[in-house]
Amino acid sequence: MKGYKDAKSEGSSAPAIRCLGVKKYFQAVHAVDGVDLEVMSGECFGLLGPNGAGKTTLVEILEGLTPVDAGTVEVLGYLWGTGDDHALRDRIAVQLQETQLADKLTVEETLRLFRSFFSRGHTVDQIIALGNLEEKRRERVHKLSGGTKQRLALACALVSDPELLFLDEPTTGLDPQARAKVWEAVEGFKLAGGTVMLTTHYMEEAARLCNRVAIMDHGRFLAVGTPAELVASLGIREIIEFRLNGEVAPVLFTSLPGVKSVERKNEAYVLKAVSIDAMLPALLSVIESQQARLEHLITRQVTLEDVFMSMTGGALNDER
Amino acid sequence: MKDKIMHPLIELTIARFKETVREPEVLFWVFVFPILLAVALGIAFRERSEDKLRIAIETSPRSVEISKLLLMDKDIEPVVLDAKEAGEQLRKGKVDLIIGPDKDVGPQEGETFPNKLVFSYDQTRPNSEIARMASQDAIERGLGRKDMVSISDNRVVTPGSRYIDFLIPGLIGMNLMGSGMWGVGFGVVLARTRKLLKRLAATPMRRSHYLLGFMLSRMIFLVPEVAVLVVLGWIIFNVKVFGSIPDLVIVSVLGSMTFAGLGLLVAARSKTIEAASGWMNFIMMPMYILSGSFFSYERFPAFAIPIIRALPLTALNDALRAVMSDGRPLYSIWLELTVLTAWWVISFGVALKTFKWQ
Repeated sequence: MKGYKDAKSEGSSAPAIRCLGVKKYFQAVHAVDGVDLEVMSGECFGLLGPNGAGKTTLVEILEGLTPVDAGTVEVLGYLWGTGDDHALRDRIAVQLQETQLADKLTVEETLRLFRSFFSRGHTVDQIIALGNLEEKRRERVHKLSGGTKQRLALACALVSDPELLFLDEPTTGLDPQARAKVWEAVEGFKLAGGTVMLTTHYMEEAARLCNRVAIMDHGRFLAVGTPAELVASLGIREIIEFRLNGEVAPVLFTSLPGVKSVERKNEAYVLKAVSIDAMLPALLSVIESQQARLEHLITRQVTLEDVFMSMTGGALNDER
Repeated sequence: MKDKIMHPLIELTIARFKETVREPEVLFWVFVFPILLAVALGIAFRERSEDKLRIAIETSPRSVEISKLLLMDKDIEPVVLDAKEAGEQLRKGKVDLIIGPDKDVGPQEGETFPNKLVFSYDQTRPNSEIARMASQDAIERGLGRKDMVSISDNRVVTPGSRYIDFLIPGLIGMNLMGSGMWGVGFGVVLARTRKLLKRLAATPMRRSHYLLGFMLSRMIFLVPEVAVLVVLGWIIFNVKVFGSIPDLVIVSVLGSMTFAGLGLLVAARSKTIEAASGWMNFIMMPMYILSGSFFSYERFPAFAIPIIRALPLTALNDALRAVMSDGRPLYSIWLELTVLTAWWVISFGVALKTFKWQ
């Protein structure tokens, strides 16, 4: 783990990634349409957005795989294409969406091969332990389950003990258990001081792993901040949903303390509020005064998903 | 060995080699199929010492007499058939020649033998030509022709000049072409469709190492690939290598490189396996036919010969035959070696320039 510490002490003041006015068009599609971004060393930064938002294109630009149409991209203090891309690739690691590793090689052989490309890193034994792959060591790739394949892909990225790790939808399509294992590995890397840039369309993933998140749609950043900041930016903290036996005019709820909006969704009422401390007792008394009876009530805290929906008008997992 | 990570080029070569040998289909096409082909063709075209010339005699009052005359040549097997059946058997290649009476001039009064016969045969079939000459000889001799010179046959079968001696180097050449092109081309296109190429491009791996790894693993594979046909030809058919083994190795390596380069060129931009297969077949099909793997390209018209000789498989087959069958030294086949090298350099160079990693 010593590599991480060196990297951190060297670059803790400088940003690991710095982008200015990055644009990438594919014919008429504005995949990335003017993005500014700064990711600090040791930070885990998440790109949150639906499919087709431009997350992958942006990440591949940062990885030096896709050239930009406009703007500048600086990674670990180096601009892609200015002489020594090779040296930069030695310091970063990448996990692409949907890469299929060679079917006929075993887990160990695959890791050996990837390790051989880098000038430094873990031994194969270390990385097998790190990726929790001991049991599958001699198994051929095509026999692995989806979760194990994903862990192997992550291990291939971590094999060089990189300073900066790019993960493009690392847990898409995995069951909750497999997802948790991937998260543990990423958290281990963060803990050791590594910088992470990840894309996801899972809100829980972003909330759990990321220090800061950018919400991206149609090639643009709609908002950037810590998950808490983004949630706070909505101006509400709680969502209360309830059903009544009896009719009460929604307008009667709008004046309750802390309530920002009231909606009628089929049978149910949906209130968005700053807090529920003062509001809930007041709500109950209004219901009582209208001779209605509360049948069902749920309160939940606002999440990144709500932030996303309020900004884009669509859900994160919507297919485009 | 276990934990010592070697140079990426070596690791890439080993990985590629393992991938190849773990593909059972590859082993079949590279090892089993050429052996089956060699055995099948070797048997079909073995020396025809015990095969007789089958000659049909159309039914006529004289047919028995003609067949007696023909029987004096022990290489001839005469059969008496009616005209329809004889024609049928000639078409099917069951008989080599039909001897019939001349329909216009019937047998004359008082004649001992018709002085006119009609020989029907297909002049593109070598056996028919032989049958024609043998029949004429047998009939004329039987009727009392005196030979001016007495000729006794001394039949020699020289290893090195039989069909199987021609075939084995041709099969080696064809095999090197097939496995070079499919092996490299498919491997690369598959890696591209699986986005593995892109993943590798994101590592500090030298891109030339990746492509060279394919070439080197081909080199390792080449040894058993060539050896299996050489050894088999030697054991079953007594096909000897008259030239030096190092020369054979050099020619094989060069040939293999050339086709690996062509495979890479096909794979440089192909996005799907289907597209790559189409191009492979487009390139290989003409050479299967033209380049003299199964029969000599000298049979094609003279104007086409220089073009055919410029094809890489022709150059490889000619070079292999020069070394294996004729025992010629390398400098005598400089032209073929130059043709191969030129194909290799051009295809590899263009492939590197146009190669798409994503």
